[in-house]
Amino acid sequence: MSAKLSSRQVGDVVVIDVSGRITLGEGSSNLREGIRELLAKGNRKILLNLGEVSYIDSSGIGELVSAFTSSANQSGQLKLLNLTKRVRDLLQITKLYTVFEVFDDEAKAVRSFV
Amino acid sequence: MADESLSETNQVDTYLDSLLESADTAEHLAVDVARAAGFQEEELHKLGMAVRESVVNAVVHGNRYNAKKKVHLLISNSRDRITVTVTDQGQGFDLSSLRDPLAEENLLEQSGRGIFLIRAFTDEFHIRRLVPSGTEVKLVKYKQTVV
Repeated sequence: MSAKLSSRQVGDVVVIDVSGRITLGEGSSNLREGIRELLAKGNRKILLNLGEVSYIDSSGIGELVSAFTSSANQSGQLKLLNLTKRVRDLLQITKLYTVFEVFDDEAKAVRSFV
Repeated sequence: MADESLSETNQVDTYLDSLLESADTAEHLAVDVARAAGFQEEELHKLGMAVRESVVNAVVHGNRYNAKKKVHLLISNSRDRITVTVTDQGQGFDLSSLRDPLAEENLLEQSGRGIFLIRAFTDEFHIRRLVPSGTEVKLVKYKQTVV
């Protein structure tokens, strides 16, 4: 199953719940389009909930990085929530765990946005 | 006595189209062979991802989606290992030209992590340029002994 996205507003933060696989093709383009639309609508505080993401390949990692840099380039913030062990391991071996702000608690993550 | 680790049996020998869907096919085939051989779940995941990345490279960078070109997938199983060979019909590339994805200046690059992940998730990684064309990638994953 390729990635499915749904978004909800929590205060001034948009939480995107992602599920499925973020892999080259439909999965990664769904994520790219979702982030692009949010930024185009003026959203600058984005929390990506990856708790239901079963699989990410190198292209999916690239899309996470792209989402992060696109947000930053538009004075926005993009943070990650609820990483599975596999996704956490992937971010660690690619040294990206130090790039992203990662949370396990949604309320705490929402409060962290300034 | 013959070394069983050297007496490999070809489990899969097939040609895949130069489509992204071939990465799914190859991943599933490799995982099925490895599961039947007794590989543990986490090792299956790593092998599957390494095979996926290899086939994506073959389709995208090797054959460049050319419908006339195929990706040759060979999966061999022996007592202690799975060997997967992925061969494309592209122009080949220079491994030394790849950026280090862990270098600070490359951390925020969108691409360039595929071969790094293949290496990280397999026990052996070999790549060679074929004559007159093509690239062959060979991956070996050893079965972990459960203590």
